[in-house]
Amino acid sequence: MQVRSAPQPGTRDTGSRATRTLGLVTLVGIAWLLAFGLGFSPADRDQRESVRILYVHVPSAWLAYLAFVVTAVASGLYLFRKQHSLGWDHLAGASAEVGVLFMAITLVSGSLWGRLTWGEFWQWDARLTTTAFLFVTYVGYLAVRRLGGDHHQRARRSAVVALLAVLEIPLVHWSVRMWRSLHQEATVLSPDGDVKMDGLMLFSLIVGVIVFTLLYAWMVIHRQRTLTLEDVLDDEGLDAAIVERRREAEQPGVGSVAR
Amino acid sequence: MEDAGFIIGSYAVTFAAIAAYAWRVRIRGRRLARRVPDDAKPWV
Repeated sequence: MQVRSAPQPGTRDTGSRATRTLGLVTLVGIAWLLAFGLGFSPADRDQRESVRILYVHVPSAWLAYLAFVVTAVASGLYLFRKQHSLGWDHLAGASAEVGVLFMAITLVSGSLWGRLTWGEFWQWDARLTTTAFLFVTYVGYLAVRRLGGDHHQRARRSAVVALLAVLEIPLVHWSVRMWRSLHQEATVLSPDGDVKMDGLMLFSLIVGVIVFTLLYAWMVIHRQRTLTLEDVLDDEGLDAAIVERRREAEQPGVGSVAR
Repeated sequence: MEDAGFIIGSYAVTFAAIAAYAWRVRIRGRRLARRVPDDAKPWV
């Protein structure tokens, strides 16, 4: 067991040249999304101006799905590869956290859209209910990550939960077809491959998807690095406590009560 | 714009939530990075 004598002050944060470039590109993308989403994109014939909410609602939902799939894949790689690298566990945890954020945004933006379109903020509709259930499941996943134990116990336990939780995603996606639902069916990813959107609206939606993908990547990278730092400091704290305990045990008279 | 409150509100909630999360992660990352030597940071 190696104990670092005195921690050298870190000279950097969780950023790197690549993340700074990614952050700048993302900021430009956000400006584009605001310009197209709130300005250039036309109002819809049926949904009128409320269609603009979909340029943040749909990308956040898709990226939440992607985040949870990445969590499951990273969890599987942790569990089934021989090395059991904690890097995969950090990626899984970071991706799940960002996915929960995007899922929360999906629920809030969806309820605002629902108020304009259906006249109600919330309905116990199949799509809405399964989405809320998915959100609560991944909040539970994050809670499981915070239970006690060492890093590998945490990684194993949460990987199993992640591999089970991801099975909910097809249920959420197909809920509009499996049950009678207020929520509209897929407009872009419809099974017949026919995209039922005006060109500029579709372009705005694509801008939204690209921007949310960049945001996802930026946040996951930083969060993954933060999780790495947390584990390093946790290990150092544990190592220091063990050294301290051994030193106490070596002192004459200490521990005689236990004997 | 019709229903501007709901539409702009949805964008505001979205980007405020993302900004708050990003800020929290960056601050925590900075605080922890100061206590960890660079050789324990694979990205440095």
